Amino acid sequence: MSGGGLGILPYWAAIALLMIGLYTTVAHRNLMKKLIGMTVFQTAIILFFLLLSVKRRATLPILAGPPDAAAYMNPLPHALMLTAIVVMVATTGVALAILVRVHARYDSIEEDVIAARVATEHPDGPAGP
Amino acid sequence: MSESLLAALLALLVVPALLAIHAGDLLLATLTLGGYGFAMALTWAALGAVDVAFTEAVVGAGATTVLMLAALLRTTRRRSPLPGRLRWAALLVVGTVGLALGAVTAALPPWGDPDTPAAVHVSPRYLTSAVAETATPNVVTAVLADYRSYDTLIETVVIVTAGLGCWLLLGPRSR
Amino acid sequence: MIERHESVVVTTFVRVLVPLAQLFGLYVLVHGHESPGGGFQAGVILGASYILVALALGREALEERVNERACVALAAGGVLLYVATGAVGFAGTAFLDYAALPGPGSPVRARWLGILLIEIGVALAVAATLVLIFCRLAARDAET
Repeated sequence: MSGGGLGILPYWAAIALLMIGLYTTVAHRNLMKKLIGMTVFQTAIILFFLLLSVKRRATLPILAGPPDAAAYMNPLPHALMLTAIVVMVATTGVALAILVRVHARYDSIEEDVIAARVATEHPDGPAGP
Repeated sequence: MSESLLAALLALLVVPALLAIHAGDLLLATLTLGGYGFAMALTWAALGAVDVAFTEAVVGAGATTVLMLAALLRTTRRRSPLPGRLRWAALLVVGTVGLALGAVTAALPPWGDPDTPAAVHVSPRYLTSAVAETATPNVVTAVLADYRSYDTLIETVVIVTAGLGCWLLLGPRSR
Repeated sequence: MIERHESVVVTTFVRVLVPLAQLFGLYVLVHGHESPGGGFQAGVILGASYILVALALGREALEERVNERACVALAAGGVLLYVATGAVGFAGTAFLDYAALPGPGSPVRARWLGILLIEIGVALAVAATLVLIFCRLAARDAET
């Protein structure tokens, strides 16, 4: 594994993806689109962590020979991000379940349409708990 | 792994991400997101994170897309166009945050530097003693399941809780 | 609603592919000590293989193979296996230190066994959760 010649440019790629995800979650009113933006955002964070695990002149963290720390990549971000990905898909499942319930209740997944329907159903503000 | 190939992969990642957020049809957006997930898995494999790339190839390119498609089947694939003023406000927020993050990037060590704090603090301990202490040459597995087992235990509980939440939200007798 | 695919090419290919994918998932699980792999990877492969069954052969084919209540029990069982393996550590030094596991003799081999056991627990929990989420999301509207 080489590295170093790119300077800080790889981090900029991660930031660009982060901003694409952030823009989608902020600008779009469609809840599915927001979820897609959230997924892009999460994978960009994982990309950033994995970029930090790279060491110049180091190989995959699977030991084959004497344990020399300089010859292998940092395994810690890999282990942390591995769990993060699977948590990501599980939480996306919960978000999709909420999306399906919202659609069953309000017949729309557009934020403004749902807000308008809530306003007509509860003219005195949202109902208490 | 050559750096030019990695740079090309990183630059290419932006294309499916932009397509996924720009698509007017939600079905198209979801499928493009699957392509983005697969490109991401390739990039991570190129970075040397094979364990993570492996999982992302199944989860990002496969499972997430299928779950989103299943949800789209029960909702709708149409979406309304973006209101213009919201777009400009969002661009302002994103530009500010992006520039702030970019300014912080200048303080990060050059990519691939083997003497960064992240690389010299605790990971050499794992790399030098994993085989002697756990007989596990794959250090990622050793860190995941032994050295940082509390983390993995709680993450597994989170995953199962998310599954139970989904089951209860869409349960047979929830209405 | 997810129906059985019309093409015989797709259904036959999936019938051949799914057992191979599951076998590969098990290999990834038990060989995670020496090569890339482990509980999370094996779990997502096993879960995705069942999702593939539903996509190609229809949701009825998936329901013949798995039961949602069994999925909930398997997910909880995976976490329980993890906690139980960790609790053996109380006999030795601390929670989640596998050196006290009976059987292998040396503490190093005991840790190797402990890693395998908790990876099996993680794989069970992840696979069952993935199938559970898919089953619920793909259910008919009338069923929810």
